[in-house]
Amino acid sequence: MRLALLSDIHANLPALEACLAAAREAGAERFVFLGDLVGYGPDPEAVVERISKLAASGAIVLRGNHDEAAVAPTNRMNAAAREAILWTRDHLSEDARIFLAQLPLSVADDDRLYVHADASQPSAWNYVTSPLEAQISLSACSARITFCGHVHVPAIYTLSPQGHAVGHSPGPNIAIPLLANRRWLAVLGAVGQPRDGDPAAAFSLFDTATSELTLRRVPYDVESVAARVRACGLPESLAARLLKGR
Amino acid sequence: MVKAHLQTGTVIDGFVVGELLHKGGMARLWKVTRQGADEPLLMKVPVLQEGEDPAAIVSFEMEQMILPRLKGPHVPRFVANGGFDRQPYVVMEQIAGTSLLPMLESLPRKPEEVAGLAEKIAVALDSLHGQRVVHLDIKPSNIMFRPSGEAVIIDYGLSRHLDLPDLMAEEFRLPYGTAPYMAPEQVLGIRHDTRSDLFALGVLMYFFATGERPFGDPQRLKGLQRRIWDDPQPPRLLNPAIHLWLQEIILRCLEVNAARRYPSASQLRFDLLHPSQVTLTKRAHKERRDSFFERLRRKSEPLRSLVDHPPSPAAGLAQAPIVAIAIDLDNLPEDVSAALRQTAQRIIERTPESRIACLNVQKLSRITIDQSLDEEGHSRHVQRIVKLQHWARGLGLAESRLSFHVLEALDPAEAILDYARANTVDHILIGARDNSAMRKFLGSVSGRVAAEAPCTVTVARSRKPQL
Repeated sequence: MRLALLSDIHANLPALEACLAAAREAGAERFVFLGDLVGYGPDPEAVVERISKLAASGAIVLRGNHDEAAVAPTNRMNAAAREAILWTRDHLSEDARIFLAQLPLSVADDDRLYVHADASQPSAWNYVTSPLEAQISLSACSARITFCGHVHVPAIYTLSPQGHAVGHSPGPNIAIPLLANRRWLAVLGAVGQPRDGDPAAAFSLFDTATSELTLRRVPYDVESVAARVRACGLPESLAARLLKGR
Repeated sequence: MVKAHLQTGTVIDGFVVGELLHKGGMARLWKVTRQGADEPLLMKVPVLQEGEDPAAIVSFEMEQMILPRLKGPHVPRFVANGGFDRQPYVVMEQIAGTSLLPMLESLPRKPEEVAGLAEKIAVALDSLHGQRVVHLDIKPSNIMFRPSGEAVIIDYGLSRHLDLPDLMAEEFRLPYGTAPYMAPEQVLGIRHDTRSDLFALGVLMYFFATGERPFGDPQRLKGLQRRIWDDPQPPRLLNPAIHLWLQEIILRCLEVNAARRYPSASQLRFDLLHPSQVTLTKRAHKERRDSFFERLRRKSEPLRSLVDHPPSPAAGLAQAPIVAIAIDLDNLPEDVSAALRQTAQRIIERTPESRIACLNVQKLSRITIDQSLDEEGHSRHVQRIVKLQHWARGLGLAESRLSFHVLEALDPAEAILDYARANTVDHILIGARDNSAMRKFLGSVSGRVAAEAPCTVTVARSRKPQL
């Protein structure tokens, strides 16, 4: 089965629609959303509505730290993220809030684990940005492959037979075999706010038959979303970040 | 993990196991056939006993990952992978014949033979590097030849695929490779430089041409590191029959700093194909090792400062194209010639590692086909080379990046296309003849080259004023 994995959508509806269309065209049969549906972007309500409909027809949806902050008090965010989350709270319907509040922190699916951040303590929202952090996350679970997001920069880590981790920066459109003999942790890129220098939306395809993971990049009209960010009165830095992809 | 013992007669996943061909430290090789087929295949099975080198598993995984992704005549064709849950293996095509290993019994070999072997290996490396794989273990036992003549590179257990995770990088403190052939940067743990394979090929050429290994066969890290600061004897000192051009090529491959080696396997091959066009530098004329003090000075430097640090694999391979400029010395209008030179200059500026071959086709008429062999023909040939050199002077390029070729042919377009195919040219530049009666009568050379070339073609024209 071909899975489409989408993380860190961040209320960016055009980026989400572009990725969904590309995933369908690539033959994706199931969608997995790895959290952070909202925050930063100008369309939280529309994005939640879109994803909740997909959830009703079988998509897996996880909770991210921004989804949590949108429905519960938090004091663990930087100024821009915080300003955006306060704005987001005012722009979510009751239905959307209920949907976000009930999202799970992690989901096990066959030999895979889906989680937004480090799997050793999902509610602590720790970033996985190094082989050592990947090793900590992998040692805390038994799934062969962990998929997470949160970092907005794609990376793949694997454990050696001796338990050491090694990292890799995947390029777009390259099918990377997640060898069956090993354990893997894949950090997915961001749909709605990439930070690896490429403003194009990122999502990934995973083929369960061949165990191959492929990163995809989808161009969308970034300028119009940046303009919407500004028009909504959200922090300028969030608009600039979309344009630069950093 | 299943510890099933394979033996002759075992059938696994439809493969019938035949005789055991090789028992190595990391893997065993079995001859196998597919049930109901005769094609000779090879099954590689990792050695997984307790206490064995963990690198055996990892290098086997690398091969399982890389081999299925490789294409072309220069690699063994991949057939199947077997998982660790039952019996790990890789099944591949069995290449007929032997590797270069038996040749070690009869070294040194003739310089021309060494250059011929190296030329074929360079073609195979060019194909491998083009598929974003650095082999990192080029040595005689990993090189075979098909009956049709192409070199085949085997054993991808230490290789690096620039688009895939490097499983070998993770925990092995010691560099992995084969001591005599390992490039300086590889000794320091850099595993993503395609030029490391050119160093290993340089060691192979040196060994085959002189009968001696340039850096011996060191068994410890200190001994491996020695090649970073200590230079080998010039090969001509060991075998005076080696030509200056071959010493130039070998020592360029053996440069400690990879930036001073050939930028690509195809450029190395280009020199091996055209010895008379090799620019001879100090390397060619080197008569002894560097002075004791010079070596001592290098030894006191930090080793990392002596090697090149290539950009990360994600940054992509260096652009080092072979560019052929087809120059019509007889009919090219001055404005088109200028446009051709300007276009060439733009390409040269964008690709500082490019190699430029200036071509001219001397058209033979059917009647005087052997005239070029006589004295008059020879002087015409020289005259054309001189004219090409004159044309290229305006490019302002170092001699070592330029070469000049006069092709003699009945059909200019076919001659240019043949040259491009034979020399793995990446880009052809050609001027368009004017809209003359000549073109109407003869057809367009540039048009045919553009349509049939195996590479990028740029056709230069001078812009005509709009009427």
